[in-house]
Amino acid sequence: MQALYAQLLVGLINGSFYALLSLGLAVIFGMLNIINFAHGALYMMGAFVAYFLLNIGGINYWWALLLAPIIVGIFGMILERTMLQWLTGLDHLYGLLLTFGIALIVQGVFQNYFGSSGLPYAIPDQLKGGMNLGFMFLPVYRGWVVVFSLVVCLATWFLIEKTQLGAYLRAATENPTLVRAFGINVPRMITLTYGLGVGLAALAGVLSAPINQVRPLMGADLIIVVFAVVVIGGMGSIMGSIITGFALGVIEGLTKYFYPEASNTVVFVLMVLVLLVKPTGLTGRAA
Amino acid sequence: MKHGISAMLLGTALAFGAAGAAVAQDKNIKIGVLTDNSGLYADLGGPGSTVAAQMAIEDSGLAAKGWKLDLISADHQNKPDIGSTIARQWIDVEKVDIFMDVLNSGVALAVNNIVKEKNSILIDTGAATSDLTNTQCSPNTVHWVYDTYMLANSTGQALVKAGGDTWYFLTADYAFGHALERDTAAVVVKSGGKVIGNVKHPLNTADFSSFLLQAQASKAKIIGMANAGGDTTNTIKQAAEFGVVSGGQKLAGLLLFITDVHALGLKVAQGLNFTETFYWDMNDGTRAFSKRFSERMKNKAMPSMVQAGVYSGLLHYFKALEAMGGNPHDGAKVVAKMKEMPTDDALFGKGTIRADGRKLHPAYLFEVKKPEESKGPWDYYKLIGTTPGEQAFRPLSESACPLVKK
Repeated sequence: MQALYAQLLVGLINGSFYALLSLGLAVIFGMLNIINFAHGALYMMGAFVAYFLLNIGGINYWWALLLAPIIVGIFGMILERTMLQWLTGLDHLYGLLLTFGIALIVQGVFQNYFGSSGLPYAIPDQLKGGMNLGFMFLPVYRGWVVVFSLVVCLATWFLIEKTQLGAYLRAATENPTLVRAFGINVPRMITLTYGLGVGLAALAGVLSAPINQVRPLMGADLIIVVFAVVVIGGMGSIMGSIITGFALGVIEGLTKYFYPEASNTVVFVLMVLVLLVKPTGLTGRAA
Repeated sequence: MKHGISAMLLGTALAFGAAGAAVAQDKNIKIGVLTDNSGLYADLGGPGSTVAAQMAIEDSGLAAKGWKLDLISADHQNKPDIGSTIARQWIDVEKVDIFMDVLNSGVALAVNNIVKEKNSILIDTGAATSDLTNTQCSPNTVHWVYDTYMLANSTGQALVKAGGDTWYFLTADYAFGHALERDTAAVVVKSGGKVIGNVKHPLNTADFSSFLLQAQASKAKIIGMANAGGDTTNTIKQAAEFGVVSGGQKLAGLLLFITDVHALGLKVAQGLNFTETFYWDMNDGTRAFSKRFSERMKNKAMPSMVQAGVYSGLLHYFKALEAMGGNPHDGAKVVAKMKEMPTDDALFGKGTIRADGRKLHPAYLFEVKKPEESKGPWDYYKLIGTTPGEQAFRPLSESACPLVKK
């Protein structure tokens, strides 16, 4: 039983990453109608930016948490301005192909210069060590990841669903022409939204840097699972993606305990089941 | 019209004559480096293996003696089906004579079969499974650098002797992990230890915390990592985080490469024991090669033993072809010649290739230096023991290979 508690907690930690990443994807899909396949590459860039900040600029983890999402977010906004915006109104496939291509290029460039085994990034001193919970030894850093990402997820949800700015955003997705007529700069808002989604990915990257190696392929390995999470949660649903992210982390964690061989397929099995029963995802609405 | 026909006949006859002459002293060689160019093993083999092959071609001096050498490379993405497809295409269409590297045991076993069926050559420097020279041995395959039996024998024995008599295995769930766990467990039991459990994780896992918690709960003295590349580095890094080592358990890296140690950093990797057959800083020969190699790598990496094996294996292959006076394009025949000749190069020293295709050379037990002991980048290992080639690998008396006459 004790082992089970430990696995539940560990699952929750992984779930935080799923939640942060799928949240960014959901925001981008919900507002821009783009299936952002570059999300994994941008997550990886977040981790690399944190690494560069520390090793070249001497800037520590805490500043990286703030700066990396901004830097990668700006990169994302440039992408949106120069490429993605031309795809408005076209079939989803175009966006998917373009972002997939961008992901391959970004990963290829990083792999060319940094190899595939990655670079080390140490846990910040303030979050080193761990505490004995009785049923497991919980590294402080992991606890921090769960709490911090939960806060960020809820803040994002609040921003989009409960504030004036969020209301504009949602309105702009429904009917951009009408919102423009009210004097709101819709293209700029779309760009900022993409930047926000990308920033969330980069933030997840910084959070994961001390846990995993900072590797060019860290995003490629994760993004497929995250897409499954988004599909299960319902494309474009903010709260759906947060809850599904955490829940699937837990389910995956339990699989690792009861039948470890299936731990990297269980998410996809669930995806198939959900699609069979409810094709719009658990919280999605019919298009 | 009549003239046309006779001219054509003449032309055909001439062409036949030319082809006949070419067979007599064919000096064309086509080398294929089949490896993981983009995944979790790309640093220990990958593009570096192609660099090593290129260096072997240049250093052999064959081009100056009228030989024509071609080098191609492909990414098998760690998938046996993709590896098999490329292998068939390389043999049938590209007329590749020899396969180098072929890391990943799953892919290697698949390619091993095709190479045998088509009478080509495989010098495997990357795959670990000892089955390549045991139950799956072939007259067309040489297994160059290391194998699971040797790793188990060297590292396993040393750790049990040092008091690590209860083991829990963390195993990559495919041919390689299974073979490494099987061979190590056998050594542990034989040396008086006990295996108290295992967990199999999927290849290329990012998060090991669940598996580490299970290993921790087992209370085994040694946690044997029967995995490689990115999987091993993630395990080690996260084990430190979960207090596995500070809790009194010891991690055993059954297969670790210098590129993994580099990726981990000495702070995390210090004190690990493991076995390799090549380290860049062994002697003047290895240092000279490694320096040249590193200068050609984008990330200035030192060669792993897999990459060093590509260089050394190809040089021996070239020597065999030179001794034969031409390339007969007959895999089994060339491999037989390679087995006849003793091997000798700057990287692995003097050695031999056994009847079962096993290349013999010494195995070195290393310990990773503490950060304060290291004099600079890539100065990572301390040599703590050497096993001679004849004792390091599976003895022929235990072999299940049909090529071994008993």
